[in-house]
Amino acid sequence: MYLYDELDRTLVAERVAEFRDQVARRLSGELTEDEFKPLRLMNGVYLQLHAYMLRISIPYGTLSAEQLRMLAHVAQRYDRGYGHFTTRQNIQFHWIKLEQLPEAMADLASVGMHGMQTSGNNVRNITTDQWAGVAPDEIEDPRVFAEVIRQHVTLHPEFSFMPRKFKIAVGASAHDRAALRIHDLALRLHRNDAGEAGFEVMVGGGLGRTPFLAKTIRPFLPTRDVLSYVEAVLRTYNQFGRRDNAWKARIKILVHDLGVEAFAKEVEAEWQSMKDGGLALDPEVFAEIAARFRYPAYERLDDSPPALVQARRAERRFDAWVNNAVTNHKVPGYAIVTLSLKPQGGTPGDATAEQMQAIADLAERYSFGEIRVGHEQNLVLPHVAQHDLAALWRALDEAGLATPNVGLVSDIIACPGLDYCSLANARSIPVAQEIASRFRNLDVAQNLGRLHINISGCINACGHHHVGHIGILGVEKNDEEFYQITIGGRADEEARLGTLIGPAVRYGEVADVVEDIVAAYLELRERPQETFPQVVQRTGIEPFKERVYAAR
Amino acid sequence: MTSPLQQKLKISGPVVVTANRLADGAVVYLSADRAWTTELADATVTTSAPVAQELLAAAKGDRLRAVDPYVAPVRVAANGSVQPGNLRESIRSAGPTIELPATG
Repeated sequence: MYLYDELDRTLVAERVAEFRDQVARRLSGELTEDEFKPLRLMNGVYLQLHAYMLRISIPYGTLSAEQLRMLAHVAQRYDRGYGHFTTRQNIQFHWIKLEQLPEAMADLASVGMHGMQTSGNNVRNITTDQWAGVAPDEIEDPRVFAEVIRQHVTLHPEFSFMPRKFKIAVGASAHDRAALRIHDLALRLHRNDAGEAGFEVMVGGGLGRTPFLAKTIRPFLPTRDVLSYVEAVLRTYNQFGRRDNAWKARIKILVHDLGVEAFAKEVEAEWQSMKDGGLALDPEVFAEIAARFRYPAYERLDDSPPALVQARRAERRFDAWVNNAVTNHKVPGYAIVTLSLKPQGGTPGDATAEQMQAIADLAERYSFGEIRVGHEQNLVLPHVAQHDLAALWRALDEAGLATPNVGLVSDIIACPGLDYCSLANARSIPVAQEIASRFRNLDVAQNLGRLHINISGCINACGHHHVGHIGILGVEKNDEEFYQITIGGRADEEARLGTLIGPAVRYGEVADVVEDIVAAYLELRERPQETFPQVVQRTGIEPFKERVYAAR
Repeated sequence: MTSPLQQKLKISGPVVVTANRLADGAVVYLSADRAWTTELADATVTTSAPVAQELLAAAKGDRLRAVDPYVAPVRVAANGSVQPGNLRESIRSAGPTIELPATG
């Protein structure tokens, strides 16, 4: 856990007081909507189809039990008893009332939470690997660097009115769990031949109407230079990014138009002028920030304790869950546990207040009070002793949080879509529910291996459909919902954009099409270990296309 | 440049003026007495572009009760009952098409 200092607490408290005054002035008519809208957006308050929506930042996806309990309280007291975890490791409440927002924000501020920079043309929540700090293949905890950057860009006047929003992700493992290449700026910590740690710097990724994967502008950046280099990228974007057309304003367009070499040259020139100035990381300051991350006092334990082995033999469902949702931890005797927020019939990423309470309690009992949010819209308990797994599983199972479908076909990433969102053209959630229902047999899902389905209800691509193994994009034609299907995308270290397989299909056909695609995959794969994206890469889209459209 | 309020409105059937209520964001419709109602059945329905324009102008003039008003299509059944004109408006009127977690 990271412990906020006095500066953070003061800033958040001041913002609540300011927003309380702004809401009062809006409700009295002193402020018009045109005047108020930018102010509410600066605090993460959007107006959606049915109500206001409050988006709350969860820096690098790390939550304390106390914070999660407060989110449960906000869900219960000010909303309709649930919240929605997003693909940017944040949480949204979809039914919040403007007149109650100041109270809700004051409650959130009491645990250091807020909605700042969850909207607007600034640096948004910095995301990372949800296994940061505990993954066995990690070089260093990437959250420390994310926190250094967060402190620098929070309310930074130069970066509060950029051409468009700016999303940064930081990773530190060989296996990319943070979807680095779809970010405006991505930093991947790795070691050079001399064994030193440094960042590969990638820029210009992003999905939406014009999808691009980020391109590497610097293969190795010493860690001391990370902040000055980020600043140089932001300044270059701020100076050259387009402000005349919102659809062409993201850094991906600038990088594409200028060319990656020319863009990199601009960044280097900017960076050379200030790299040894005040933004070079002072080891003492860095150590101070790193020290505010508190790591558990792990016990000395052995892997695979007899109690665990026995419990797995005794209970088939527990064993299936361990195989699916439990991962190796960097500390022997511990495990990383993923909590699926994708139960049959549920909404991807939704958790009820009762579930949040239960998870907070379980985190305190079994995970040193810490919870993570992953961009796949699942939660993680990052520090569970393996001898506690059976007891934890029983409690999770009771709370509906032990569906063993993590990474499988029914672990669907989906945006809220037309059921909530005013930007959406088509629904996402019921499409996800229908597909998940077709693959509810877990043996069938297991046999398919990793298969990521991503659904977005509009071209803005909050569901990351371009990088889904199977991507589904809702569009509207003559007041009817249609869905474009792409295949072969992936968001990991071998990131690729999916390829459109043909004409859009109707709402009622989407699950059938997915079943056809999956059936084609099963026929085409040469061995069970050949994953869906590997097959698409080997065969191309033709055999899938044929299967889907031959009968339609 | 023509003000948005003076721009011609093209409509191809019955319409209402709708918005979100300022205090809580709830979906509201402009009714006959220029009040806002949460009931579509009580909304003023028109097939006339000038009338729709006038209703919209009145709605935009109300800066205190409703936010972001616009003209939305409706369907009027033979018995006179008013239904939303498309899926988006149906969802606005009746809520999400899925079961909500906490009420499930």
